[in-house]
Amino acid sequence: MRTLLGRWQTWAGFGVAAVLLFGVAPVVLSDFRLSMFGKFLCFAIVAVGIGLAWGRGGMLVLGQGVFFGLGGYMMGMHLKIADAELRGDAVPDFMQIAGVRELPGYWQPFASPAFTVLAILVLPTAIAAALGFGVFKRRVKGAYFAILSQALAAALAILLVGQTSLGGSNGLNRFRTFFGFTLNDPANRRMLYFIAAATLLLVVAAARQLMQSRYGELLVAVRDAEERVRFLGYDPANIKVVAYTVAALFASIAGALFTPIVGFIAPSQVGILPSIAFLIGVAIGGRTTLLGPVLGAIGVAWAQTLFSERFPSQWIYAQGLLFIVVVGFFPAGLAGIAALLRRRRRRAAEPGTAPEPLAPETDPQKVGAAT
Amino acid sequence: MDVLIGQLATGLSLGSILLLAALGLALTFGQMGVINMAHGEFIMVGCYTAYVVQQIISNAGVSLLISLFVGFVVGGAMGALLEVALIHRMYHRPLDTLLVTFGVGLILQQVARDIFGAPAVNVVAPPWLAGGVDILGAVVPRTRLFILVLAVVCVAVLATVLKVSPMGRRIRAVVQNRDLAETSGISSRRTDITTFFIGSGLAAVAGVALTLIGSTSPTIGQSYLIDAFLVVVVGGLGQIKGTVIAAFGLGFLNSFIEYNTTASLAKVIVFVIIVVFLQVRPQGLFTVRTRSLA
Repeated sequence: MRTLLGRWQTWAGFGVAAVLLFGVAPVVLSDFRLSMFGKFLCFAIVAVGIGLAWGRGGMLVLGQGVFFGLGGYMMGMHLKIADAELRGDAVPDFMQIAGVRELPGYWQPFASPAFTVLAILVLPTAIAAALGFGVFKRRVKGAYFAILSQALAAALAILLVGQTSLGGSNGLNRFRTFFGFTLNDPANRRMLYFIAAATLLLVVAAARQLMQSRYGELLVAVRDAEERVRFLGYDPANIKVVAYTVAALFASIAGALFTPIVGFIAPSQVGILPSIAFLIGVAIGGRTTLLGPVLGAIGVAWAQTLFSERFPSQWIYAQGLLFIVVVGFFPAGLAGIAALLRRRRRRAAEPGTAPEPLAPETDPQKVGAAT
Repeated sequence: MDVLIGQLATGLSLGSILLLAALGLALTFGQMGVINMAHGEFIMVGCYTAYVVQQIISNAGVSLLISLFVGFVVGGAMGALLEVALIHRMYHRPLDTLLVTFGVGLILQQVARDIFGAPAVNVVAPPWLAGGVDILGAVVPRTRLFILVLAVVCVAVLATVLKVSPMGRRIRAVVQNRDLAETSGISSRRTDITTFFIGSGLAAVAGVALTLIGSTSPTIGQSYLIDAFLVVVVGGLGQIKGTVIAAFGLGFLNSFIEYNTTASLAKVIVFVIIVVFLQVRPQGLFTVRTRSLA
């Protein structure tokens, strides 16, 4: 009965989300705001992956900007080549200005749309898998892993700034077409938003499937007691690599969508600051839940655009305070507060299980078992 | 040969800067296991302390020596405050500490931006540090020699304090076995605060020294933070000598690779080398043997 109800609820949830994303948002929001909302959805896609790796798997991924950037840059390279071909030039405009006459070797495969899409899906996944195996098999974990992933983001950002063939610190920008559709056309920009929305739904569905499966339980077990899982005969490294790789894949897809929606990709989207900024929405929404990271990421991105336009300095204070207050004092995020309120209400509704004054309701597991 | 000596000198100088920046971390991260992302901002606090002191005392030489001392106290006090206000509540949640202190770092950066402005400010180096010294054909700026000497002095003082003073013994006791130290009558709370004071103070001393070789901006700390963490990770937690060797090792490595490639590529290559190195020795160069599983 409960599973039936659960399944029904899930479908209803997806239905409501689909109606909101595909029906309500395009009608309510102007084209400009809709495109901005599309950007938030990209951040939400990254957040789903972080929720899986950090919230469920306990791996503090501080370098998601790397995979976001990889996806974004690969998409950007393809778009630049396509634009150049449309104009009949051999190289993108910024290379022409720099006096480059021939496309660099590593750019050439990205002329093919199929190769680009495949590379966006495969390359970051492969890098994450290789890195993950190297790191987790050697039982590098916790703080070490966090610092390494952060150093990776710093290294890639520095590398990108130095690459004039990738636009240096300006990155890639001024795209005219997206797989043959002109980006000036509002209808095509709206299509991009729909693609982002559909991708978000798919990604959430995939993450839900992973979390509900036996694998999801193993992942949580690794987070809570890695040694015990090892003693039971599983290899925690494999379990962690999968979550890390999936998170990287999501980030790469998000980056590839971000580039055409926002119209640029630059080292400033790759480094440490943006990589850690991805985390704040996840923490606020509730890192262990499925939808918490999505709503948190969208909410934070929205607040950032609202506030930073008018009070840029105050926004940074707010961001810092959010990190301190949410992570330090409400590690479960808004989802945790919601769960607490729900328990309170249920308790109040059933006088038979009213809390006895001697047993404070601090332990969520005990409370769950009692009801 | 000249090139070799020149690169050695550059590496030595870079290593001493890394060492100064990482020494405080070797205490707070290495000894206590706290990931303090605001460590970079304590370096920045040192830089601005040097700037403010020089606004008051115009003699560059006197102000440098005074700001080394004032910086240590100011940085240390801020570190101790951070420990008391936030970090001690979350010793059992190291990853959350990382994010919370990152938030603190963001706020400190913005405070600096609001007080001193976003553009970089400069501190005048004293005249007796102008020019360079000729060492076997390679000209080394005196400011860099000063930093090298300062780094060596700081390491020596820290090592002596940890080794022989009662306070150092307490710190080591708490690191090695917190429960046993407490039952022996050591106040672990007070020891934690002291450790944090020294670690953050050393960061600020590094900041004061860094004003000699570059200008100060609110984000200066960030650029050193990751490198400092990598030094401590490579050196291994819980020991100062690992940090020293790792700092100079990475300094030499960086300067030699940079000579053969570019600055940005060198950083990436060094990072790859560190990852490979951690495959071989996940616990860093030196480890304190424990019986725990982790």
